Amino acid sequence: MILLPCPWCGPRDAEEFGYVGEMRARPDPVTTTMKEWRDYLYLRRNVAGWTTERWYHQMGCRRYLLVDRDTTTNEVRSAVSGPDRQKS
Amino acid sequence: MVDVRRLGRRPGPARYSAVALLRHGVTDRAWEPAWRTPELRRRYDVVIVGGGVHGLATAYYLARNHGITDVAVLDKGYLGGGGSGRNTAILRSNYLTPEGVRFYDRSLELYRGLATELNFNVMFSRKGHLTLAHSDASLRTMRWRAEVNKVCGVESDVIGPSDIKRLVPHMDITDEARYPILGALYHPPGGIIRHDAVVWGYARAADSLGVHLHQDTEVTGIDVSAGRVTGVRTTRGDIAAPIVVNATAGWATLVADMAGVRLPVQTFPLQAAVTEPVKPFLRTVVVSGTLHVYVSQTARGELVFGASVDPFASYSTRGSLEFTEGLAAHVLALMPALAKLRLLRQWAGLCDMTPDFAPIMGPTGVDGFLVDVGWGTYGFKAGPVAGETMAECVATGRTPDLISAFGLDRFSQGRLVGEKGAAAVGH
Repeated sequence: MILLPCPWCGPRDAEEFGYVGEMRARPDPVTTTMKEWRDYLYLRRNVAGWTTERWYHQMGCRRYLLVDRDTTTNEVRSAVSGPDRQKS
Repeated sequence: MVDVRRLGRRPGPARYSAVALLRHGVTDRAWEPAWRTPELRRRYDVVIVGGGVHGLATAYYLARNHGITDVAVLDKGYLGGGGSGRNTAILRSNYLTPEGVRFYDRSLELYRGLATELNFNVMFSRKGHLTLAHSDASLRTMRWRAEVNKVCGVESDVIGPSDIKRLVPHMDITDEARYPILGALYHPPGGIIRHDAVVWGYARAADSLGVHLHQDTEVTGIDVSAGRVTGVRTTRGDIAAPIVVNATAGWATLVADMAGVRLPVQTFPLQAAVTEPVKPFLRTVVVSGTLHVYVSQTARGELVFGASVDPFASYSTRGSLEFTEGLAAHVLALMPALAKLRLLRQWAGLCDMTPDFAPIMGPTGVDGFLVDVGWGTYGFKAGPVAGETMAECVATGRTPDLISAFGLDRFSQGRLVGEKGAAAVGH
């Protein structure tokens, strides 16, 4: 079982969470070019190792959080609340 | 076309046959290794990264169809140790888009003749393939797929519960089932094959045509100069090469990053499991998209269960109890009689998922650096045709019609292929 340390609920089974994905900056839809926008839609870093990503505690507090996870071992180092979606 | 049987005699091992088997049996003579362990050269015409079915098939067709034999296949582990040895060995061509149907039908055609061509028993068993529909919406998609398939000349039709019961007597087709079965897409040419044998067959045939197979050789860098690839760096030294093919599936973005090419690929594990062997009772491959499960019975009698990809991206191939519990529950919802069967083992493979569930094949922005990636959950069944078309791409410098829809540039141009409806069970 993989435990995610939810900052609000404590360590909980990863099954309770929705996976949103790795952190990336959303370009401004008004000023962005088509290429930038499509890169934002489709490209991921797909890191093998430590990465920061967003999860959603859908079966718990229903808040968003940021999680540091090693994608090669699924070891989780820390999780902090990430209430502002625009920052992703 | 080159006569592979004659070439096969040259440096490689003797032909496999019933007579050879008998001769080895009575003389107690050891079998020669199926492929050599050559010295790593400092230069090759073509370097293929990834020694799975895709990389090996590409090398084989380069040598057989185009006479290009100065080819090295590099693998960081052992041949067929990635997705090629971890898939559930199902073959089919009943896809949703005409591009997908034509492509996979060519693959099935190559698979059908593979044992003879490679002189290797790949154990293709044409069992038929059933995709169950548990809702009106999926029945509609099945009908859609059947019509697209028929237009492309692929045998595929929607059948009702009584016909399903005839094919799979152990299936619960009653209304009391948790997910009642309304119908199914029946695809008689589908089936299963021995996936390791496909890898070994291609490896042996490619080796006998002069291809160099290098295991335990990890690529650590790719040299690019003035927009052209010039070679690769490996844990066993540098290799100069004007053409490098990336066929590394779950590790595709890591290798592409070395050449400065970004791919719209994310790596997700897919778990599978196998039961103890029992007497043959399951004639066809059974798939349920709603229940996220596919089941087939191997020649040894084991039941092989596959699922959808894990819910989050990862490079870890460790299994999980949640998966096993969910899988068992879903299989039992279909076939309650299997409740007493014990699982022997479970494993996971890495899937290189693309946004539209179609592969990425052909040139990249870097000259001489080609990709054969983005295979997601269906790379194994595409092995032969991917090898054939990638070989043509390398040899002629042109992208064959069969894969023109799968170019990397489709993402920046907004021409996605949309194969999700037929490529995966988890949606």
